Amino acid sequence: MSEYTGVRGTVWFHAFTGQSSPMQGDPKSVLIGDASLGNEYARFLCVVPDPHGRFPCARHGEVGLEEAFTLATRVREVIEHDKNTIKRPIIAIVDVKSQAYGRREETAGIFLAAASAADAYGLARLAGHPVVALVVGHALSGAFLTHGYQANRILAFDDDSVMIHAMHKEAAARVTRRSVDELEKFAKEIAPMSYDIQEYAKLGLLYRLLHVENPEKPSQQEIRNVQNELVAAIADARSGPVDLRNRLESTGAREMRKASILVRTKLEAQWLEK
Amino acid sequence: MEQIEFNYPAKRKVLKSAHVGVVGSGELEVLLEPAEGEAAHVFIRTSVDGFLDTWKAVMDRFFTKYDGAVRIQINDAGATPGNVQLRLEQAVEVSEQ
Amino acid sequence: MSNEGYNAKFINRQSFIELDARERAKALFDEGTSRELLGPFDRVESPWLPMQGVTPQADDGCVVMKGKIAGQAAVVVALEGAFQGGSIGEVSGEKMTAALDLACADSEKGIRTSAVILLETGGVRLQEANLGLAAIAGLMASILALRKHAPVICLTAGTVGCFGGMALAAGLASYVVMTREARLGMNGPEVIEQESGFEEFDSSDRALIWAIHGGEQRYATGLADALVGDDTPQVANAIRRFVSKGVPPVHRSSQVALYRNRIAKLDASQQWDPKEFRALWTTNGANEEKR
Repeated sequence: MSEYTGVRGTVWFHAFTGQSSPMQGDPKSVLIGDASLGNEYARFLCVVPDPHGRFPCARHGEVGLEEAFTLATRVREVIEHDKNTIKRPIIAIVDVKSQAYGRREETAGIFLAAASAADAYGLARLAGHPVVALVVGHALSGAFLTHGYQANRILAFDDDSVMIHAMHKEAAARVTRRSVDELEKFAKEIAPMSYDIQEYAKLGLLYRLLHVENPEKPSQQEIRNVQNELVAAIADARSGPVDLRNRLESTGAREMRKASILVRTKLEAQWLEK
Repeated sequence: MEQIEFNYPAKRKVLKSAHVGVVGSGELEVLLEPAEGEAAHVFIRTSVDGFLDTWKAVMDRFFTKYDGAVRIQINDAGATPGNVQLRLEQAVEVSEQ
Repeated sequence: MSNEGYNAKFINRQSFIELDARERAKALFDEGTSRELLGPFDRVESPWLPMQGVTPQADDGCVVMKGKIAGQAAVVVALEGAFQGGSIGEVSGEKMTAALDLACADSEKGIRTSAVILLETGGVRLQEANLGLAAIAGLMASILALRKHAPVICLTAGTVGCFGGMALAAGLASYVVMTREARLGMNGPEVIEQESGFEEFDSSDRALIWAIHGGEQRYATGLADALVGDDTPQVANAIRRFVSKGVPPVHRSSQVALYRNRIAKLDASQQWDPKEFRALWTTNGANEEKR
C-alpha cells in the first residue's frame, strides 16, 4: 500500500486536457480544464498539492476551504452555461489525501464548503450532466464526499496505490482500539473494511476497475484506453436515471449489500401500510 | 461475542411486546415478545465473554418472580447484573401497561 | 427575573438531551400521529458487527418515524448517539437514505413530506468503513433530491454532536437547529490534534471546542438557523416552524459566490479569534430564531 504522493492527479489532468495550470483566479491546488472527450467537450476537475497555498493545512493535496468552493464554482459555471443545451460531461479526477484538518477550516465551516462542492456536483447530475469520478490514487473520507462521490459512475485504477476508504489504517486502528494487525485481519473477511481496491470493487459501487500498467507515466495508448472507458461510462450514465440507484442495483450490491436491499424493500412496504 | 440461551417454564399469557434500552457501553437493550406455548425463552448476545454463571444467576432470579410466556432477546455491551435486572423489570412494566 | 423564578424554570424544563433517539423523534410529532418503521422488532441489524465481536442493536442505531408535524406529512430519522457513537453503518445509513427517498416520492406525487434528521454522530462507523461512507454519499444525494420539494431540517442537540461525513449532510440542510451544548463540524478536536498537531488544536481545551464548534458560535456565524434551549417543547416548536416555513428560496450550500468571497478576504496567515470571526461571517438577513 503506497503513501499518497499527489502526483497522479496532475499527470492525468494533463493527459486528458494538455493543461497544467489553474484557471484565472483559481488557487493552484485546483486544476480545471475543458477538453474534448469522445466527440464532445467535457470539464475536468482535479485537486492537487500546492505547497505555497494560503491555508497551511491544505498544502499537500487536502481538500480545504478554497478547494471546495472553487470546485463548487466551476461546476456551477458549467450547469449555468449548459442550461439550455446539451449537458456536457463533468469528470472528477480524484487523488486526494484527505479533507483539510485545521482550526481555521473548522472555524470557517469547512463542513459547509465541502457540502457546497457536493451540492454542485449533485445538482449537475440531477440536471442531466453525466458526472463521472475517476479515482487515480487516493479517495478518502470527507475529501471523496466533496469531490467525486456524487458522480453517476465511478471508475478506479486497480493498483496498490489506489485507495478508497473512510480513514487511514493507523488512525482507524487507534479510534476503534484495535491493533493495525487486528484491523487488517478483520479487513480480510469484511470487505467494506478493506484497504484493497479489489475488495472495494466487490461492493458494487464501482462502474469499472481499470488496469493501467504505469499510472504515473501512462503511454498514449493507455491514455486513449482510459478515455474510451470514460466515454463508455458517460454513455451508460446518460442511459439511466439521474439518481444513484445504480449503486444498489449492481451485481456487487446484490451479493454484498443484501442488508441495504432488505432495508429498502421493508421500509417501502411499511411506509405504504395503513 | 457470546450467545447464551435459557428456557424456563411459564404459564401466563402475555399480550404486549416491549422494547427498552440502548446498546451503549455498559448498557443493554431488551426485546420482550409474547411466545406460544408454556415456556419463556431467553436469548442473550453479549460482547463480554465468560460470564455465563452470572447471566444464569440473574435470569434464574428474574424468573422466580416472573411467569410470562415470552421470548426475551438481550443485546448486551457489558452491563452490570444490576443494570440487566433493571432493564428486565422495565420491559415487564411496559409489556403490562 | 428573580433567582427563584429562573431556578424553577430550569428545574421544570424537559431536557431534550436526556431523551434517547426514539423519544426525541416521537417528541417532534403532532400528538398521536407518529408510527415507527423498521423498529427493533423487525431486527434489521448490522451484518458486520457480530463478525467483529460487537453486539448489534436491533434498529442499528437509527430510528425512522413517519407522521405529521404542524399538520403536515413528515418523516423523522434519529441517530442513537449512545450506540457506536451514532456512527453510520450499512443499515442505519440505508434507513436514512431510503426514508428520504420515500419522502421525495410522496412529495413528487403531491404529498409534500418534510424530513427531520436528528444528528448525534461521529460520522462513518469504521467497522463498516466503505459502506458507511457510501451511505453518507447516498444520503447527501437524497437530501439534494428531497429539498427541492420539502425542507430537510437537521437537528443536533448533543451530547455527541455532528461530526465527520454527516456534517456535510447538515451542510446541505434547508435548516439547521442546534442547542448550545451541541457541536457541529467536519473534524473533531481530537482528529485535528492528531493530524495537524497540538498547536493547531488542543483537544483538551473545552472552551476552545465550543467556541469553534458549539451551537452558539455556529448560530452567530450564520451556519445554523436556530439556537434553542435544552427543552423539548422549545425544540419541537422550532422544528414545527421550519416545517411550516417550507423550502427556503436559496439553500446555504448553494450560496457559493458569497462564501467563496468571504474565504478570499480572510487573512489565512494567522488563527482567528472565534468571537471576532463572527463579525466576518454573519449573514445579511435578520437572525431567524433565538431562545
